[in-house]
Amino acid sequence: MINKQVNSVAQAVANIHDGATVMIGGFGEAGSPIELIHALIDQGAKNLTVVNNNTGSGHVGLAALIENKRVSKMICSFPRTANSTVFPELYTKGEIELELVPQGTLAERIRAGGAGVPAFYTATSVGTPLAEGKEVRSIDGRDYVLEYGLKADFSLIKCLRADRYGNLVYNKTARNFAPIMAMAAETTIVQTKEFVNAGEIDPEVVVTPGIFVDQIVTVDSPLHESELVAAGEVYP
Amino acid sequence: MSEEQNFGWNREQMAERAAQDIPNGAYVNLGIGIPEKVVRYVPEGREVIYHTENGLLGMGDAPEPGMEDPELINAGKKNVTAIPGAAYFHHADSFSMIRGGHIDICVLGAMQVAENGDLANWSTGNPDAIPAVGGAMDLVAGVKTINVITQHVTNKGYPKLVEKCTFPLTGVGVVSRIYTDLAVIDVTPEGFKIVELAPGVDFDYVQERTGCKLIAA
Repeated sequence: MINKQVNSVAQAVANIHDGATVMIGGFGEAGSPIELIHALIDQGAKNLTVVNNNTGSGHVGLAALIENKRVSKMICSFPRTANSTVFPELYTKGEIELELVPQGTLAERIRAGGAGVPAFYTATSVGTPLAEGKEVRSIDGRDYVLEYGLKADFSLIKCLRADRYGNLVYNKTARNFAPIMAMAAETTIVQTKEFVNAGEIDPEVVVTPGIFVDQIVTVDSPLHESELVAAGEVYP
Repeated sequence: MSEEQNFGWNREQMAERAAQDIPNGAYVNLGIGIPEKVVRYVPEGREVIYHTENGLLGMGDAPEPGMEDPELINAGKKNVTAIPGAAYFHHADSFSMIRGGHIDICVLGAMQVAENGDLANWSTGNPDAIPAVGGAMDLVAGVKTINVITQHVTNKGYPKLVEKCTFPLTGVGVVSRIYTDLAVIDVTPEGFKIVELAPGVDFDYVQERTGCKLIAA
C-alpha cells in the first residue's frame, strides 16, 4: 500500500544533506512551512542553497535558518521586507551569496525545472542589469533573455489538506510557489494541516497530484510567522 | 490645507485621476504605495478585476479588523479579502497571466521615467543597497499598458521625468502614461506630452521641474 505519511517533522527532514539545494514554499509568511524549517535547523544540515521568494522575517522560520549560518546562497526575488534584518546583515558582511531573479522568472524557472524544460526565453529583464551576461535572442522582432530551469534536491512546502497518495489542496494565497516547487525537487516534503482518507479530496479539485509528493507530515496547528515575529520569538 | 487643494494634486487625487482611465471590465494589477489607492476611486458603474501576483484574481478590500487571514495577502504582504468569484492560482500561472499579456493595465510607482518610456523603479544602483526586484520586471515586460503614479520630483527636488534614466532600468520603453502631482503626461514617439495640468499649475511650472523638453497639450 502506498502511504507517504511520516510521523514527525524530524523524520521528514532527516535526509537533507549538507550542500543540498532546498526550495522552500511561501510568499512572506503565507505558505511558509515553518515547522519543517525549524526541524531542518534542529537537524543541522548546512551549506544549503535555498530558493524562496524572500529571506524570512524576524528570527524564526527561514530567517532563523539563515541566522544559524546554514544557508550559503539564497536564490530569490525580494530579499528585504519589513522585519527582515538577518539576511541584509549577512549579505552586507559578504557572508551569504545572493542570486536575484525577477519573481516571474523565478516561478517559471522552477516550473521549467519540474517540467523537464531545461531553458526558456522571456522578455522579462531585457535591457536591465539582471540580463547582463545572458544570451539574448530576437524572436518575431522582440528581444528575449535565455533563462535556465531550476531544480532542487528537496522542496519543503505547506498545504491545507493531503491524502496518503500525496494529493494536495492549498489555502488561499498560501499556495503561491508550492505546486511548482513540488514538481521541481527530487524529494518533496509536505506539511499538511489536515490528513484525509484517499477519496475525500475530489479529484476535480486536486491542485498538486500525488506523483509530485514524497513525504507528508501532519502539523495540525501550524505557527504563524507574523505572530512569532510580533512576540519577538527567536528560534531555536 | 486649502492651498494644497488649489495647487496640484495630492496623493489621493493622483490615484483618483489614474482610476478614471481604467475601463469597465479591465484586469488590473496595482503596485505598492500610491497605486494601491486607485482601488477606491474607480468610477461607479465600472467593474474591475484586481490581480495580485502572489496568486489571486478578484482581490477585494482590506478585511474588517479581527478578520485578517495570514494566508490571504497581497503582493505587498498586506491582509486583503477575496471577492465572490475570485480565483487562487500558483505563481507560475500568475506570472503567465502577466507575461502572457492577459493583464490589461498595471499602475506602478517610479524612481525615474525617461522620455522614451524607460522605467527605473527597483534599485538606485548603490553598491551598499540590498537589491530586490520582485515582480516589477515581469509586469512591465508583459502587461499591455503600464501607467505610473509618482511625485513629479524627488524629495530633494530632482526631476523624476528625465531624458535618460540614471538608475538601473526595470524595463525599456514600457511606460504609456504618467500621473504626477502636477500633470498627466503621455509617453509619445516625440517625447513627453502633457495631457492635463493639475489645478493652478501651468506648463512652464511643470517644464521647470522636468529633466527634458515637454510637449504642450
